[in-house]
Amino acid sequence: MLSRTADNLFWLSRYVERAENMARLMEMGYRMALMPAAASGNRSEWESVLSASGCAAGYDPDAPLRQEEVANFLIFNRDNPSSILNCFEYARANARAMRTAITAEMWEALNNALMELRRPSMHNLAKNELPEFIDWVKKQGALFRGATDSTILRNDGYDFIRLGTFIERSDNTARLLDVKYYVLLPETSMVGDGVDNYQWTTVLRAASSLRAFHWVYRDDYSPHRIAHFLILNPFSPRSLAHCAEQITQHLERLARHYGQRHSVHRQAVEIYSLLTQSDMDEIFSTGLHEFLTDFQGRNRILSHAIADAYHFGGQ
Amino acid sequence: MFNEMRMGDQIREPYRALVDWMEANGPEVLEQKRLEAETLFRKIGITFAVYGEGGDPERLIPFDLIPRIFTSQEWRKLDRGVKQRARALNAFLYDVYHNAEIIKAGIVPADLVFRNEAFEPAVIGIDPPRNVYSHIVGVDIVRTGPEEFYVLEDNCRTPSGVSYMLENREIMMRMFPDLFKNLRIEPVESYPDMLLKTLKSIAPRKCDREPNIVVLTPGAMNSAYYEHSFLADQMGVELVEGQDLFVHEDRVYMRTTRGPARVDVIYRRIDDAYIDPLCFKSDSVLGIPGLMNVYRSGGVAICSAPGAGVADDKAVYTYVPDMIRFYLGQEPILNNVPTWKCGKPDDLKYVLEHLGELVVKEVHGSGGYGMLVGPASTKEEQAAYAKRIEADPGDFIAQPTLSLSACPTFVESGIAPRHVDFRPFCLVGDNVRLTPGGLTRVAMREGSLVVNSSQGGGVKDTWIMSD
Repeated sequence: MLSRTADNLFWLSRYVERAENMARLMEMGYRMALMPAAASGNRSEWESVLSASGCAAGYDPDAPLRQEEVANFLIFNRDNPSSILNCFEYARANARAMRTAITAEMWEALNNALMELRRPSMHNLAKNELPEFIDWVKKQGALFRGATDSTILRNDGYDFIRLGTFIERSDNTARLLDVKYYVLLPETSMVGDGVDNYQWTTVLRAASSLRAFHWVYRDDYSPHRIAHFLILNPFSPRSLAHCAEQITQHLERLARHYGQRHSVHRQAVEIYSLLTQSDMDEIFSTGLHEFLTDFQGRNRILSHAIADAYHFGGQ
Repeated sequence: MFNEMRMGDQIREPYRALVDWMEANGPEVLEQKRLEAETLFRKIGITFAVYGEGGDPERLIPFDLIPRIFTSQEWRKLDRGVKQRARALNAFLYDVYHNAEIIKAGIVPADLVFRNEAFEPAVIGIDPPRNVYSHIVGVDIVRTGPEEFYVLEDNCRTPSGVSYMLENREIMMRMFPDLFKNLRIEPVESYPDMLLKTLKSIAPRKCDREPNIVVLTPGAMNSAYYEHSFLADQMGVELVEGQDLFVHEDRVYMRTTRGPARVDVIYRRIDDAYIDPLCFKSDSVLGIPGLMNVYRSGGVAICSAPGAGVADDKAVYTYVPDMIRFYLGQEPILNNVPTWKCGKPDDLKYVLEHLGELVVKEVHGSGGYGMLVGPASTKEEQAAYAKRIEADPGDFIAQPTLSLSACPTFVESGIAPRHVDFRPFCLVGDNVRLTPGGLTRVAMREGSLVVNSSQGGGVKDTWIMSD
């Protein structure tokens, strides 16, 4: 496979996943904002969403930190490289630059998403019916992954697509958990009360994991368990552990396919081991935020190592 | 004007079944099918961008639902005529880069070839595999009567449009399954296979294995990018850009996730001037430095071969019938349009006196840019154009305004005749192959003779009826 194609596939799936995760972040902000303001710590929900999105630096410092402005920035702003619109624009441009490497179904999923998103009516939907807009974005991600899953050859291209998805997803799950950190600075008196629990379940909801959580843990929304579910539980589809497992598997497939191993294989296994061998008490005692920050750093390095191993430069 | 569907009150033979179908179904059904077809095209992303016009870079080329239909008898003549031309053009190309017999024989003037911008001194004496230079010849043909076909021009470099031939057929088969079931229409689907066979057959001298073939595109911003990716996909070969290829020692490689992989045959869709900055345009970022050295030493085959453009120059065109006689010893099956060469004083005088009746073209122009259609122009436009001709007469040729045939076409006011031309795609490698079909282009505006997609022309599916 051409290195440029691998690069395009990897980033194509990262952009789709990122668009979806931007939507999930906003879903959290939206739900948390429904709670009484006094209970939400010393920052506003939308400010937290902005911080966790990683795009705060590009936000106009004079603009108000309200739903309408922040959502508009995260969805439609052309100067925000991670806005949902830009994610779909880049994803489609990547797809167009390698039409031969993706299937017609994948192309249609991306192309239709962008065509719809460019319509003026989408601005109104996002402004007036944010939850509906968020659902629409999540659906586009699902359509694209479904088209990918059911139509693409299981060759090296598939591995690069999946690597992109899980690198991006684990980064985003870490960000979702961090919103909680930003909203509620650890005030021990608040931990475990009604608002705190509500906020933790919001994290689950945004990760589409509320029902799954019930099945696994039966009851009790303790922060401990929710964090466990999204970080260490390998059965949870958005958990860091699951993403790390998928990444090592796809790297393993590439090693078999190409008959060659690189240092990236070792790095991926290290991250996976870290997640399978940690426990939540340890993580909470060193600090959840510190743990997540460290993880995001390792994840970034891993992404660069994948690009180096397969001869494509990062974007 | 020859209407291909109607002769007086009579429906012409090849169109009878179609007319029956249209009468049985009525205009609403056709309108609905038209909308469906447009949605399909937009969805699969078949677009044709026009350089320098701004606006939507992925504009949709208008597709007309009503097919253009030829009888098998009409096709036989076109088939023989096009193949004959493709052979003669390749013989000419080999000749001008070797002994130049046709020039020594006094048939084609030396200046016309050697001082031509498309003539590449860099490839003199090189023997391309099978001595073929133009592997895909697109011959533009117009019709003026039941038996009257004329060749308007030859495209020996990288004629585009074949993806439309294939996709138009796909769409038509989806839209009108019953017509395809009941009529016997020659299939066109085998084109990508035939192209792949042709490309395999021109493996370079040093290639000692199944050749690795790639399609080289300038990139996603190119107006024909869709076609490049479509053909690579249909053939199952990599679509590469210049940045993906590099030269190491005497071979060409592409950058892959496993490291470098050798490339043997390059079907390039970029111009000569851009393929190798060391040999041609030094500021090109599209090309591969050192490619021409590899080509020269038999390490890679390039399709079309560098230098092939000298055969599709509009001034050289006028000599194609002579080439057919000289190289093949045959009479041309398809005629040229009578042409005045403004470089000749007598012709120049005639052209300037008859600008209002003629179509004048730049010799090196393409895509319908910079031409004057006499009958459709104003006096001022004619006067301005005359100045351009006088400044450099050798750069212009003129042809009579042919009364192009028309085919029924879907337009805003309903179904009306519009002028059409036709481009079949002839493949030259170990064999000369021609798919029964081609691209019919249609001028969507009433009375217009300009069918180029860059000038707002549309396309139709072309049906060849089998016996």
